[in-house]
Amino acid sequence: MIRGWAAVYLRELLILRRRLSRLLATWAVSPLLYLIAFGYAVGRTIAIKEHSYLEFLVPGLVAMVSMTQAFAIGSEINIARFYWHIFEEFQAAPISHAAYVLGEVLAGMTRALLAAGVILILGALFGVLLCYNLYFWLALLLNSLVFASLAVAVAMLVESHADQAMLNSLIITPMAFLGGTFFPVGNLPGWAQKALYLLPLTHAAEALRTAAFGTRPPASAYLILAGLGGLTFLLAILTVNRARN
Amino acid sequence: MIEIVQLVKNYKSTPALRGIDLTVTRGELFAYLGPNGAGKTTTIRILTGLARLTAGRAMLNGHDIITDSLAAKKQFGLVPQHINLDHELTVSENLRIHGWLHHLPGRNIRSRIDQLLDYIGLSDQRQTLVKHLSGGMKRRLMIARALMHEPQILFLDEPSVGLDANIRRRVWALIKKIQQQGVTIFLTTHYIEEAEFLADRVAFIDHGQIVALDTPQNLMAGLGSWALDQFAAEQMQSLYFHSQPEAKQYAADYHNGFTLRRVNLEDAFLALTGKKVA
Repeated sequence: MIRGWAAVYLRELLILRRRLSRLLATWAVSPLLYLIAFGYAVGRTIAIKEHSYLEFLVPGLVAMVSMTQAFAIGSEINIARFYWHIFEEFQAAPISHAAYVLGEVLAGMTRALLAAGVILILGALFGVLLCYNLYFWLALLLNSLVFASLAVAVAMLVESHADQAMLNSLIITPMAFLGGTFFPVGNLPGWAQKALYLLPLTHAAEALRTAAFGTRPPASAYLILAGLGGLTFLLAILTVNRARN
Repeated sequence: MIEIVQLVKNYKSTPALRGIDLTVTRGELFAYLGPNGAGKTTTIRILTGLARLTAGRAMLNGHDIITDSLAAKKQFGLVPQHINLDHELTVSENLRIHGWLHHLPGRNIRSRIDQLLDYIGLSDQRQTLVKHLSGGMKRRLMIARALMHEPQILFLDEPSVGLDANIRRRVWALIKKIQQQGVTIFLTTHYIEEAEFLADRVAFIDHGQIVALDTPQNLMAGLGSWALDQFAAEQMQSLYFHSQPEAKQYAADYHNGFTLRRVNLEDAFLALTGKKVA
């Protein structure tokens, strides 16, 4: 017998499997352009501490892509809710709100991990082989948890596809560029650093980069991401009930 | 069994249901008939957990839909008005997911899929992606999906909307067959002939209130058996008679362009509310 969360998760996996080749190609395009434009062309002469810019960029891209792909589950839910009405199948099923959220969050995290894997392979093709240790994967999982949970909550709160797209533009796109993906936050003035450390992606990028460079990341990054993950997950559960009109 | 007591639903300040009281007995095929916006779908959405009620209570086979919602959800299958299948998945995968959501063991899921696809005549479409099915096939698949977990209650929200006459009759035959297996069926429709053909009892709903509830025969009986329709003063008017000769005599006396037909539920609805169902 399959539990409620697993039913939701397995449905997402069936859909993911059917779309996988298309998705892998899509996930590769933007990072490839970033690697070529910023890493290879612009960054060839830049070094950050003892690392090349390409080495600096790859963990940042992993943070960014895991965020965008985990958050993309929100768009899938939004389409399932407002266009295909499949969300009603879950609402009418004897499963708890927590089970529904867990299934969708796991689906978002799976997408994030696969997309991050694409970056690591692309990075390797560009000659970037870093230390992908336990700290690295833990930061990746926590970052995915935060944004997949946030995505479910947002998908339950918005009232249309347009609202969902607007939130992507307002929250995710700025964070992708400002959260320590492309530049070291430490180079900025103190006030800007303080502002950027309010973004979860900044902590994720820092933890991923530090781990990938073979040093132990600060515990605070993990605590912040875990705390935010717990909060956003709880928020997602609360919002599922609100989605009933 | 479905029990609804003083069910009220307001969308902000707009009332959608104004105190519905209703009991549907086990094995009954009950039709909820009314025009668009009367509150038919809202009632089903509340009973199936898709919408919140404002006041009142409802029980499905003794399980309160609010305080015992998960047990209540195990009692029913739902066929919503719009197609809500996973179009990128196959017929079989759609059924399997429903089985998972209702906690069916794996081997039961496989045998139940075989059984249901045979039942609805889609055995040879098992591996077809839903997006390649016709409208009628999708509708039958939705009914099969709702029956996957062998529910005792089946909610059908406008099950034949958008289907051509031929397919609609196939869907009706399927609904009758399901009822014969002891399933309680709660059906909303604005097709008069659908309610007349299928229902044991009919409730007329208008502006969120039940205005009449009885068997189709009793609802029509008060008017007579035959109707003469006449287009006069830019309006269709109907006159009712107890016998066909009486109606024919009236038509002959006045030499106007009358159309003679049997009285139907639409006439009963019109007499009660002053407007047509559809």
